[in-house]
Amino acid sequence: MPFATRGFSGRRGQADTRVPPGQTMVEKWPVLSAGPTPQVETRDWELTVQDETGTDHRWSWDELHALGVEDITVDIHCVTHWSKLGMAWRGVSLDKILANVRSEHRYVMAHSYGGYTTNLPLEDLLDGKAWIATEAEGEPLDPEHGGPARLLVPHLYFWKSAKWVRGLTMMPDNDPGFWEQYGYHLYGDPWKEQRYR
Amino acid sequence: MRSTWHSATIVETRAETPHSVRMTLAVPTWPGSEPGSHLDVRLTAPDGYQASRSYSVASSSPWGHVVLAIDELPDGEVSPFLVNEARPGDTLEVHGPLGSYFVWRPGQNDRPVQLIAGGSGVVPLYAMAVAHDLAEDTTPFQLLYSVRTPADAFFAAELTELAGPSFQVTHVYTRQAPTGWPGTVGRLTRDTLAASTIPPSERPRVYVCGSTGFAETVATWLLDLGHSTTDILTERFGGL
Ligand SMILES: Cc1cc2nc3c(=O)[nH]c(=O)nc-3n(C[C@H](O)[C@H](O)[C@H](O)COP(=O)(O)OP(=O)(O)OC[C@H]3O[C@@H](n4cnc5c(N)ncnc54)[C@H](O)[C@@H]3O)c2cc1C
Repeated sequence: MPFATRGFSGRRGQADTRVPPGQTMVEKWPVLSAGPTPQVETRDWELTVQDETGTDHRWSWDELHALGVEDITVDIHCVTHWSKLGMAWRGVSLDKILANVRSEHRYVMAHSYGGYTTNLPLEDLLDGKAWIATEAEGEPLDPEHGGPARLLVPHLYFWKSAKWVRGLTMMPDNDPGFWEQYGYHLYGDPWKEQRYR
Repeated sequence: MRSTWHSATIVETRAETPHSVRMTLAVPTWPGSEPGSHLDVRLTAPDGYQASRSYSVASSSPWGHVVLAIDELPDGEVSPFLVNEARPGDTLEVHGPLGSYFVWRPGQNDRPVQLIAGGSGVVPLYAMAVAHDLAEDTTPFQLLYSVRTPADAFFAAELTELAGPSFQVTHVYTRQAPTGWPGTVGRLTRDTLAASTIPPSERPRVYVCGSTGFAETVATWLLDLGHSTTDILTERFGGL
């Protein structure tokens, strides 16, 4: 590409094949959300998965943990151009949560305390690709970063990893969630730079 | 989305504050933007290395002039370049407009609007105040603007000019106030916030913009004061 901005060389020594195009590596962990941070106590917290029959499957905080918590080390990529590599998380695999949920639907809407929603294909939540995360970098997830629990779907841009997650609803079509209605990409693959539509 | 990068030429730069620049870009293909929206700026080095950052649109004209105001983060990769190096004639790329959530549209509803900014966070809110003025919208608008010193205020002259019966501007000075300033100098507190913003009983829509720490603190206080979550819109510029 012949285009270049005069005098710009950028910060070097950051070339890392784990960083997708258009992203910059950060050490700190930035915060992005559309409104105030909801404060949810773990004793009040509950996860609800709803299938097309309208049946609710529910887990309290303790029931979630009883499914088995695993250590996860992943890179995360935010649509606002930062990536954080090799983050240590703990959480419960969605394979365990969805094991007993039967659904013909191919899409999922994640719902959060505070009203946020985001849409995902069901297959992106299965096979060890997604978790309900409750700890990051050795600490309980703080509210600014989505605590007590957030979705963790690291292979997609991080707005898909809904903070303050409270529920998953199976849905027949790929209806847009909150940011998606405001023009963000329906899928959000960082390696294809699927930021906006 | 590759095709939606517009090439832009810098037509004017001037010091906005001692540590920031006001930059006018000519973007012939700019489709226009709503007050509050932002764009991505992309810089490319001769070897193809690229860096992108988001900047709010302070104003844009029908002939494709887009005005940004960029604050220098001393250790940053992109902002020091834009503030200190970039000059008229230089070219870069922009993508947008982006963000149709943190916007204010004239006539959208008649609820009063409270704008709350810290530092460069005033940029998208300034765009809203301009739109409010241009539309001769009589919805009550208020801005609470926290800056370190008077010299650090963005769009100071313009905001003074815009102030009037339906747009009230209040400043908070965290380090140093103008001479004769009757108020106190120091960080924004919950009490000052309560005393100088539209009360929750009037159900204002509240737009909060600034560093992440600023937006977090203010949004939490607004909830404490009784504003409802759905009435508070935030834009976090980054940092802690
Ligand atoms: C939607 C949106 C709109 C924005 N609009 C504007 C605008 O109108 N004007 C403007 O000046 N900036 C704006 N920003 C911030 C801008 O995108 C960049 O983050 C900023 O210019 C720093 O980039 P950099 O490359 O210089 O620093 P980087 O190299 O990205 O960061 C350097 C270090 O500073 C930290 N940091 C990043 N942002 C901040 C901050 N605000 N305060 C303290 N520390 C920080 C980072 O964590 C990092 O450690 C906006 C951001 C967003 C998300």
